[in-house]
Amino acid sequence: MTFEPKIVGILCNWCSYTGADLAGTARKKYLPNVRIVRVMCSGRVEPTFILKAFEQGADGVLVCGCHPGDCHYQDGNKKTARRMPLLKKMLAQFGIEDERVRLEWVSASEGDRFAAIVNEMTEQVRKLGPFSGNGGAANG
Amino acid sequence: MEPKIGVYICHCGSNIAGIVDCSKVTEFARSLPNVAVARDYKYMCSDPGQNLIKEDIKKLGLNRVVVASCSPRMHEPTFRRACQDAGLNQYLFEMANIREQCSWVHLDKDMATEKAKALVSAAVHRVALHEPLETKEVAMNPCTLVIGGGVAGIQAALEIADSGHKVYLLEKEPSIGGHMAMFDKTFPTLDCAACILTPKMTSVGQNRNIELLAYSELVELSGYIGNFKAKIRKKARYINAVKCTGCGRCSELCPTSLPNEFDCGLGQRKAIYISSPYAVPNKAIIDAKNCRHIKGLADGKDICRLCQKGIEKKGMPGCEADAIDFNQKDEIIEIEIGNIIVATGFQQFDPAKIYQLGYGRLNNVVTGLEFERLTNASGPTGGKVLLKDGSEPKSIAILHCIGSRDTNYHKYCSRVCCMYSLKFAHLLREKLPEASVYQLYIDMRCAGSGYEEFYERLQEEGVNFIRGKAGEVTDLTETPEEKGKLMVMVEDTLVRRKRRLPVDMVILSCALEPRPDTEQLARILTLSRKADGFFLEKHPKLDPVATTTDGVYVVGCCQSPKDIPDTVAQASAAAARVLALISMGKVEIEAAIAFIDEEKCSGCKICLDLCPYKAISFDEAKKVSRVNEALCKGCGTCVAACPSGAIKGRHFTTEEIMAEIEGVLA
Repeated sequence: MTFEPKIVGILCNWCSYTGADLAGTARKKYLPNVRIVRVMCSGRVEPTFILKAFEQGADGVLVCGCHPGDCHYQDGNKKTARRMPLLKKMLAQFGIEDERVRLEWVSASEGDRFAAIVNEMTEQVRKLGPFSGNGGAANG
Repeated sequence: MEPKIGVYICHCGSNIAGIVDCSKVTEFARSLPNVAVARDYKYMCSDPGQNLIKEDIKKLGLNRVVVASCSPRMHEPTFRRACQDAGLNQYLFEMANIREQCSWVHLDKDMATEKAKALVSAAVHRVALHEPLETKEVAMNPCTLVIGGGVAGIQAALEIADSGHKVYLLEKEPSIGGHMAMFDKTFPTLDCAACILTPKMTSVGQNRNIELLAYSELVELSGYIGNFKAKIRKKARYINAVKCTGCGRCSELCPTSLPNEFDCGLGQRKAIYISSPYAVPNKAIIDAKNCRHIKGLADGKDICRLCQKGIEKKGMPGCEADAIDFNQKDEIIEIEIGNIIVATGFQQFDPAKIYQLGYGRLNNVVTGLEFERLTNASGPTGGKVLLKDGSEPKSIAILHCIGSRDTNYHKYCSRVCCMYSLKFAHLLREKLPEASVYQLYIDMRCAGSGYEEFYERLQEEGVNFIRGKAGEVTDLTETPEEKGKLMVMVEDTLVRRKRRLPVDMVILSCALEPRPDTEQLARILTLSRKADGFFLEKHPKLDPVATTTDGVYVVGCCQSPKDIPDTVAQASAAAARVLALISMGKVEIEAAIAFIDEEKCSGCKICLDLCPYKAISFDEAKKVSRVNEALCKGCGTCVAACPSGAIKGRHFTTEEIMAEIEGVLA
């Protein structure tokens, strides 16, 4: 049986969540592995949310916000972008592969793009195998 | 109090139930912690569906509710209201999106059902931690800002002003009127555009409730619905608008001639001028870049000033009203408003981008807007359709879909071009009955009241319809008969034959596209844009004038290309929305905002710089930060950054989000 990764998607309300809704309204089909959690702004995403997801058994985490300059709250997404490199450093120390966490910009009109990102990331994480919490050494 | 949760799974007809096994999800929901009841129903948003929730709250004493159905962006307000009707605080509700983000996007029924279970589990875990919140009411400022003084902005401004409320009408050009003021006739009734628009323009100028801010731009916006503050730059006209009588003498005296924007550069204006014959406000303006005196001032020279001094020799006095002020500067003013209507319109696609059509290279290839001016009695030719050499064209080709329905430029249909092309054909048949008129179209799209009838009428008026998109316009001729003509290459797809069409004039029916400043304005107003660049409305069908920013509405062609009737209807709709809010006199503001626990706050001030709304202030006495609830918009950036965990993002608390993540993976 193929490995079906569990990916948590943390999406901002105004651009990305709306973009994901648009994919639905347009009946754009994509893989069912990403489960979406809504926050008002990607700037609300705390690094601990991502660690929590891995602790609870996620194989990947996708964070989506508005494109730079389009943030509903002016520049919350820039703060997210600034926090990401720090977080990635920390993830490495926890033994979480870089490819398991992605930050993407998806606008409210980019339903197609959201679907493409989900498919791409699902395949990427599928290749990495299940997250084992031991640095990925045993791959599950 | 122990959470007692009711979970309701919606079938949405077959929209959800067709892919997701709703009874399995319901069965699963019953097994989740704190769930007292779980039911599935065909349409949860219907009255009987909502009554299920209300009755359960009353009979079973539920204190939390989860509905798994469509997107919360669709029906969260509906179900929140249902909870409130049954006496439950609206924030003790949570929604799981199993339609837009599940059943509509997946094909595998088992996997979709599993995903739906996970989403329901997330909502159940989250809602258990929800706290009741109280929304606050703030006063609604009854003043409105309308941005853009085309027909959309004029209509909206007049409707609001006529109900006795103050409107600021902002227009970046020297006069209101927009594109419609440039048109000759309007389809399909052939009313003269100026005849129906200028009375409205005059009303704007005379209406006591409208403060017209012409030649001005929005530079900054702060605040929120009911209480916006806008900074506006009133650009220097170099004319004292109070003193100027609009007599136009200054223009007669000015020695500098320039292409006239109002005539698409086909006619001339002076460096001091009145922008159009029906300008409102009817005040002169100086084009500072081209005024000899203002340019001279930069070099410390005092030259020209003929408009001010007059020419004594010829007995022509200068400005008698003493209205000219060469030292005028841009001015920034600040206004307070409750609502904003955006009516910034469109720009015409630049056909020079399509090199093979010859625009800008070949004489007598004109755009639709240029033709409007050529055929307009107030235009550069006095309404005579003339070629560059001053003669009348004997044959004219009208080329549809220039920049529209074209994957290289704009995929969308601009909606008005078929109809205005028909209008042009009619005007040409009327003015030049001997001339041959060709329409080169892909499809004729004539949907609208009286539109199809107009199309039929044109077919009877002797216009030649050729089904095919023109590929090229060239002056390379092959035969003596073709000499001096413009050759239009087209494949007539009805007879499957390539044709070379010799004509004297080519009219390009260009697309309507977003204005170049749309992006900048979107940022100032925090609006979203569609893939095609136009402003995004809140809902394409059910909320077509509102936006994701409460208190900001979009109308007319800045939202999507549309004709005048639709534009006016949308403007009236937005005016009605604004008036409804004004008559309420108050507005509820979001309760899901940040709160700082002063006990935990270490006074590090990190949050102060992060807040995009300057909603956090520092209490120097207590050495703690504090949130101004009216300014906070609940983005949560400060919550994520607080190193002491002292800031709580209400309704998006760390615990709630953690519980949701736990639930979605359970």
